[in-house]
Amino acid sequence: MNVVVCVKQIPDPAGTMKLDQSSHNLVREGKLILDESDSYGVEMGLQLAEQAGGGEVTLVSMAPNSETSGLRTALAMGAARAILVSDPGLAGTDALGTAKVLAAAIKRAEPDLILTATESTDGYTGTIPAQIAELLGMPSVTFSKKVTISGDNVTVERQTEEGYEEVEVPLPAVLSVTAGVVEPRYPSFKGIMAAKGKPVDELKVTDLGIDGSAVGASGARQEVTAVTPAEARKAGEIVTDDGDGFQQIISYLERIKVI
Amino acid sequence: MLFTEEHDSFRRTVRGLLEREVTPHADEWEEAGHFPAHALFKTLGAHGLLGLEYDPAYGGQGADHSYAVILGEELGRMGCPGVAMAVGVQTDMATPSLHRFGSPDLKEKYLGPAIRGEMVTSIAVTEPDAGSDVAGIRTRAARDGDQWVINGSKLYITNGTQADWLCLLCRTSDEGGYRGMSQIVFPTDTPGFAVSRKLDKLGNRSSDTAELSFTDARVPVTNTIGEIGRGFQQQMNQFQNERMSAVYNSVGGMGRALERTREYLKQRRAFGAPLLANQYIQFKLAELAAELDVLRHYTYACAEAYIAGQDTTRFATIAKLKAGRLQRNLADTCLQFHGGIGYMEETWTARYFRDSRLLSIGGGADEVMLQVLSRLDGFTA
Repeated sequence: MNVVVCVKQIPDPAGTMKLDQSSHNLVREGKLILDESDSYGVEMGLQLAEQAGGGEVTLVSMAPNSETSGLRTALAMGAARAILVSDPGLAGTDALGTAKVLAAAIKRAEPDLILTATESTDGYTGTIPAQIAELLGMPSVTFSKKVTISGDNVTVERQTEEGYEEVEVPLPAVLSVTAGVVEPRYPSFKGIMAAKGKPVDELKVTDLGIDGSAVGASGARQEVTAVTPAEARKAGEIVTDDGDGFQQIISYLERIKVI
Repeated sequence: MLFTEEHDSFRRTVRGLLEREVTPHADEWEEAGHFPAHALFKTLGAHGLLGLEYDPAYGGQGADHSYAVILGEELGRMGCPGVAMAVGVQTDMATPSLHRFGSPDLKEKYLGPAIRGEMVTSIAVTEPDAGSDVAGIRTRAARDGDQWVINGSKLYITNGTQADWLCLLCRTSDEGGYRGMSQIVFPTDTPGFAVSRKLDKLGNRSSDTAELSFTDARVPVTNTIGEIGRGFQQQMNQFQNERMSAVYNSVGGMGRALERTREYLKQRRAFGAPLLANQYIQFKLAELAAELDVLRHYTYACAEAYIAGQDTTRFATIAKLKAGRLQRNLADTCLQFHGGIGYMEETWTARYFRDSRLLSIGGGADEVMLQVLSRLDGFTA
């Protein structure tokens, strides 16, 4: 069972995020880290490969400046190798362009299964998993919370607003994995040291046989036209408890339809 | 000291693991006066944290000491010094001699399981009449053929109620003073061994501390670590590891305490402004931050000297002395600036204030550090 996990390397959400004033894109300079939402896919990929009794996990990522910090984290967790597409020509690429690049890179790994997060923590488009599946001509299952491989098929419990539905699709397939469904392992010391020596194949757009004009800012069909700061949070309401505080809490919760 | 990407990654692993496995349970374990050492150590062992610098042949990671610095800082930061101390006993107090001087058989049987977290260990040196004055110990191992017959008692033994084996220092000849002592691996299921009582401490309450007794307890002479009669010297060596690891804990804990105090004082308002708008408070905290930074980099210099194979006695002595004093001052200041709520047991400052007191006493009191330093620097007549 060879699994590809798409991972994004993002600016540390604990730090301050900056937007480029002209393009309205997130400034992605400096050190990037593994998007935490991707760690669930990595963990699930590792578990599926272990359960299958063979095979390996390959990471596929697109990032500026040959960034590998986030990849090393996932390699330390146990992934065997990584394919990194890093090319100045990719600056300004939109979601579909990203999906084209990732799909082309995924093809090289010839996986049985492709896992992604449901959306990234810095971009939040949430469209890439389905776009990759379409480009690769594979079935797409989103919001997977439980994944079981049975022969040439994969059975997925798919999270919905009401509960979950069970879906079975033939392999290979593209699955997006919801956060929190598995507990991502912490890399051990040995894993961290081993990650240093694991192969990261760095590719350019031309290596993937993609027309350079189809990606990057020039190929982008999606444009962020304006960015507005989120409304500042209003001060909270202070309720004085004259012995009926609990009733006021209950009526507040009823008002916001929590109960 | 240059920390690499691997160091940063290791720090993230340790911090994340400890925040998941220890921090949420700290209050409960403090209340209980006990933490589940076997369960926690297994988890830590599985991540390679209990034998970072040890030989991979026995399950160690073969890392250099810089990783132990990170582990120590993060153990200090997690907000449960009792557990940090218990881990430190396992990694830096009870096992270094065994790793360095023990026979292959002894290491196979006792070091491997300690590194994997399958066995909990204690260092048993202090006695009712001999603490910092190690040369005064009286617990005796008398030779009977190929066995030691051990009689005596040990006091203030960390992990004492849960330990599977002790690194026991006792007299093996009548030479007296610092001569004629040996370090012995003592399995606690040996007949004649008993936990006399569990001790009630001011701080670090989640860590169990015990008084132990030995009555005609027999262990094989092959359980001796290193050379018979060299126990004192081996133990003095082991103390350097203990002091360094205690200071790394302290540095991590103080950094976290300053962060927490800063965040509280930003949101706590008095007289129409956040408390942190008060210049007196700003300067007091800045001064502590400066002193902490100096200490942190002093410990890095100590670690580098250790990695280079130099004798770190002077480094470790000074670091422990200054860390103990700074920590008392810093814990007191953090509590003070929290005001009334800081004095409440529900606030972290109360426990931190109690826990912080130990560093100036354990592993050689401040006064012993001063004595060692006076001797090293020739302040004697």
